[in-house]
Amino acid sequence: MRRALYLLPLLLFVVLAGYFALALRPGYDPQTLPSAMIDKEAPAFDLAGLNGDGLSRDGLKGGPVLINFFASWCVPCRVEQPVLMRLANREHVPLYGIDYKDQPEDAAKLLAQFGDPYRRVGLDPDGRVGLDFGVYGVPETYVLDSTGHIRKRFVGPLTAEEVDKELLPLLKALKKS
Amino acid sequence: MSAPVPQRTAPFVMPAKAGTHATWVLAFARMTKWIALLLLLALATHAFAVEPSERLADPALEARAVAIGATLRCLVCQNESIEDSGASLAHDIRVLLRQLLLKGDTDEQAREAIVARYGEFVLLKPPVQPATYILWFGPAALLGLGFAAMVVWLRRRPAATSSAEPLSPQEQSRLETLLREADR
Repeated sequence: MRRALYLLPLLLFVVLAGYFALALRPGYDPQTLPSAMIDKEAPAFDLAGLNGDGLSRDGLKGGPVLINFFASWCVPCRVEQPVLMRLANREHVPLYGIDYKDQPEDAAKLLAQFGDPYRRVGLDPDGRVGLDFGVYGVPETYVLDSTGHIRKRFVGPLTAEEVDKELLPLLKALKKS
Repeated sequence: MSAPVPQRTAPFVMPAKAGTHATWVLAFARMTKWIALLLLLALATHAFAVEPSERLADPALEARAVAIGATLRCLVCQNESIEDSGASLAHDIRVLLRQLLLKGDTDEQAREAIVARYGEFVLLKPPVQPATYILWFGPAALLGLGFAAMVVWLRRRPAATSSAEPLSPQEQSRLETLLREADR
């Protein structure tokens, strides 16, 4: 019993080390927040479109879709641009854009210059739809299922790894169900 | 050459020859800018990031908005409240909060509406619920544990002084001779 007491510091060390290892594991970012909206219905929106047709939540029901919040002033958005292009052109993922707090002319210029991965783009000039989604920084990408419920959120630029390991398998599963 | 060099006095040093009215006035004149600075600093304690255009016309409603906003975390600069933060997201949430209050929401409803969007992480003070029991009661539990350990330890410790056996007559007489020798 007395001897067990001497093991206490070692035990404390192991617990603390385990805790630190968990917090320092690669790929873990404490600043990334889980979305409060997971598995809830996406907030209703009905936005004017960048090129003619508008974008609304109810118009997107019927199949899993991706909604990507972006802006022409957003530098990390350019980082994910090639990934989005691949998603649209090679994987044929239905990708829709919401232009967050931006001037339409600037967004149009950006898409003309770097390529347009979106089937349609809705304009959210005052960021109100972003606020309803719980967006706290662009880019953010949401996966909506066929009933318009949010199934996943990606914060920050999408990486090829996230696409292969999480996004595509999720879309495949959603398509089956 | 021998003209007196004007002396620079430290701001709060009283004139050496205090007493006459004129010297006091002079001292006060020298201090005015420091007094003004102090007054300005006193005003600066309530420097919020809230812009004038966001403020509600009704002071009571605005006071409620400020009180709620102070409990909400800005998600961009994660350790500031939305009332203190200059981030544009904080601005958006402040405006949303005021719109909700204008619409007639209670404090609780308005807070709930924002938690529904951003999750409980936006609350600077985490709610008391099973997931946060360790956070809320952990320190008190540790203190209690430490106290209990101390009590156990104190009880187990052989009572060194009080319950010692009384000296035998031989020891007693030896102690007395030793003490007498020491006194000499």
